[in-house]
Amino acid sequence: MTVISTVTDPEALNLTVMAEFAASPQRVWQVWEDPRQLERWWGPPSYPATFTRHDFAVGGESRYYMTGPQGDTSRGYWRMALIDEPNRLEFANGLAGDDGEPRPDLEPMAASVTFEPIDGGTRMIAFTKFVDEAQMKILIDMGMSEGMTLAVSQIDALL
Amino acid sequence: MVVHQLADREVDRIFRALADTTRRDIFERVIGHGLSVSSLANEYEMSFAAVQKHVSVLERASLVTKERQGREQIVHGNVPTLRRATALLEAFEGIWIGRTTRIAEILGEKGSEA
Repeated sequence: MTVISTVTDPEALNLTVMAEFAASPQRVWQVWEDPRQLERWWGPPSYPATFTRHDFAVGGESRYYMTGPQGDTSRGYWRMALIDEPNRLEFANGLAGDDGEPRPDLEPMAASVTFEPIDGGTRMIAFTKFVDEAQMKILIDMGMSEGMTLAVSQIDALL
Repeated sequence: MVVHQLADREVDRIFRALADTTRRDIFERVIGHGLSVSSLANEYEMSFAAVQKHVSVLERASLVTKERQGREQIVHGNVPTLRRATALLEAFEGIWIGRTTRIAEILGEKGSEA
């Protein structure tokens, strides 16, 4: 069972998500390291992600695109800053242009993920630091708005 | 008592307003920046009047406000500035809940144990 807690800090514009999985840190690490597993969860079902490059090494970069229901695509990249298997990873996550390359005019988000062994599994803590509200708005417009729809669909269930 | 009744009615209006996919979509689009009713209408395969009607439902629930700019009516998400960052973070929170749920599904697959 996945236990999730989240902490949002609207003043510092960051988000911390904690989840527990019934699998070893090494196994949870694989869903980040293996691009075929990664693309099965990074994008929502309505905007699945395809990783065309995933150089999972310090200084290495990834390229991905997400495909929407109308065939529209939005592109992003990762730049790995720290890889400490299977304990912690840190990377920059930014937007890419139509050519798939990082957009120099937009600062990337800073992301870090830690994997802690717990009784019977792993606690994963994913931290994201956003640059500003404008960036967050662009990302949500990019088809990543599953979040709100998901939350509201839970409200639907109550009606 | 009266305060509670009013609050309940307001919550009810918000829930009803957001129970519709198109209205949820409109609300999400105008959270960060205002959009004209006509540019919103271009996004959907329905008439201008139908989109306008959806906007009115959102307006009655105080989820959006309308502002006249010349011939255009600009729709703004009615999220006070202080709460806007929270709303945006909550959207990302949802994205991550989706992600962790999918990870758990992948990990739960047979033959996937490391």
